Amino acid sequence: MAIIEVRDLVKDYGSMRAVDGISFEVEEGEIFGILGPNGAGKTTTVECIEGLRSRDGGSVRVMGLDPERDGPELKQVLGIQLQESRLPDRIRVGEALDLYASFYRSPANTDRLIEKLGLERKRKTPFGKLSGGQQQRLSIALALVGNPRVAVLDELTTGLDPQARRDTWDLIEQVRNSGVTIILVTHFMDEAERLCDRIAVVDTGKIVALDTPAGLTARVSEEQRVRFRPSAAFADALLLDLPEVARVERSGPHVVVTGDGNVLQAVASVLARNQIVAAELRVEQVSLDDAFVALTGKSLEH
Amino acid sequence: MPALGKLVQIEARLFLRDPMSFTIGLLLPSVILLGLGAIPALREPSPDMGGQRFIDYFAPSALVMAVAVVGLTNLPAVLATYRERGVLRRMRTTPVHPAKLLLAQMIVNLAAALASAVLVVVSGKLVFDVPMPQRPIGFAIAFVLGISSVFAIGMLVAAVAPTSRAASGLTTVLFMSVMFFGGVYLPRFMLPDAIARVGDYVPPGVQSLLDAWTGTAPAAAPLAVMAATAIAAGTLAARIFKWE
Repeated sequence: MAIIEVRDLVKDYGSMRAVDGISFEVEEGEIFGILGPNGAGKTTTVECIEGLRSRDGGSVRVMGLDPERDGPELKQVLGIQLQESRLPDRIRVGEALDLYASFYRSPANTDRLIEKLGLERKRKTPFGKLSGGQQQRLSIALALVGNPRVAVLDELTTGLDPQARRDTWDLIEQVRNSGVTIILVTHFMDEAERLCDRIAVVDTGKIVALDTPAGLTARVSEEQRVRFRPSAAFADALLLDLPEVARVERSGPHVVVTGDGNVLQAVASVLARNQIVAAELRVEQVSLDDAFVALTGKSLEH
Repeated sequence: MPALGKLVQIEARLFLRDPMSFTIGLLLPSVILLGLGAIPALREPSPDMGGQRFIDYFAPSALVMAVAVVGLTNLPAVLATYRERGVLRRMRTTPVHPAKLLLAQMIVNLAAALASAVLVVVSGKLVFDVPMPQRPIGFAIAFVLGISSVFAIGMLVAAVAPTSRAASGLTTVLFMSVMFFGGVYLPRFMLPDAIARVGDYVPPGVQSLLDAWTGTAPAAAPLAVMAATAIAAGTLAARIFKWE
């Protein structure tokens, strides 16, 4: 059974329709991505799921609870990490976790949580003296301190350096492995591709596609490109005869072969039979970026 | 209520950790009273004040300061900052409503104002033998109504100020007025009579405090105005308070 069910969700801000009939379900244990450009309605959608905003239409159920009617009960089992939410500068890491733990019926063990997030040596450090990455980790810890069954993480790695981003991704996978269902709101393609089981691509308040990362790219094009420098000359026809190959182009010493999903294997075996070595071999796949541009007609701003 | 207890504990620590709120909120009114009392002429009875010493006459104004510094500068500034930085918003993601954080802030700031006021009364008594309030019950009523009206106004500012800058702009004006009418800047006998009479009704009601301190029953009308202000401003603040 789905742990989160969203049906025909609508939210207006004045005359602007921010969310325009969004429906999806999230299965227990899944990492579900909501991907879209800025202003697409991603945050508004999750705020309606969290009960931080009232909806203007449709229905939302999280573990059978209605976020508007059962707000306090839902928040016992829902961990929420907001973008742009800070703490008082002088509160210490350990104090913040103890304080937030006191808000829940069955909180997590804060010592273990501090350890898991790599903040042991920062326990006595005031929030204002933490680095951006450390503040973000504390923010994730606060979202997890109530032992939630579902966690909603909004723009998790915005503003983090590459190492901190990768560490955060590892952490999210650990959290999922402990049985928490995760909704991840992001405008980073690599983040969605790396973490999500399924992705809803949102644009101007609507879901334009909902699939696995591989499914989304396949939907746009099954095409693959193989590029290499052959060790000996050969005629294009050698490859064009293969059913997997659509086109053969030459650029300088390089050959670029375009074809379907199995093109690499087909080309490699023909070359091997003819004792041609393919140097500097590279496979170029349609990326999630390409898929996104094809689906929304926009590119994501980084 | 473990969550509220924990909130009060943490907010109290944050108050004491902030050198500004600690020194200005808690110590400054007593320091000013003691500083003025160190001037010998101000310890002599004077006909300007009906034969009182200046230091006795000024003590209630030091109380006004104690209440105003905490209730009109610290409280709204902290709450506006909490809103601006998303502290209130983050609390909305938990099962505990951010109203509990407001309540904790009020408890901590009331305790601070009370502590500051006790310091004024006790240090005045110990150092310059300023008599203890002569009508303890009347004084307690005047003080409770006075502090309630000032805090309610502080909450009203916190309710509407969109940013901490806006809050500090608004509270500066209110704070200066309260201090002026409370006789902190100029002793009230130097103010025109009409302005001094207006001052009787300006929260927290310095004349009521002075009367009760020196042994006269405080007048009913100013006390009623303080109660009405506290209820009206407090209700309005609770209704229009913006969490984000």
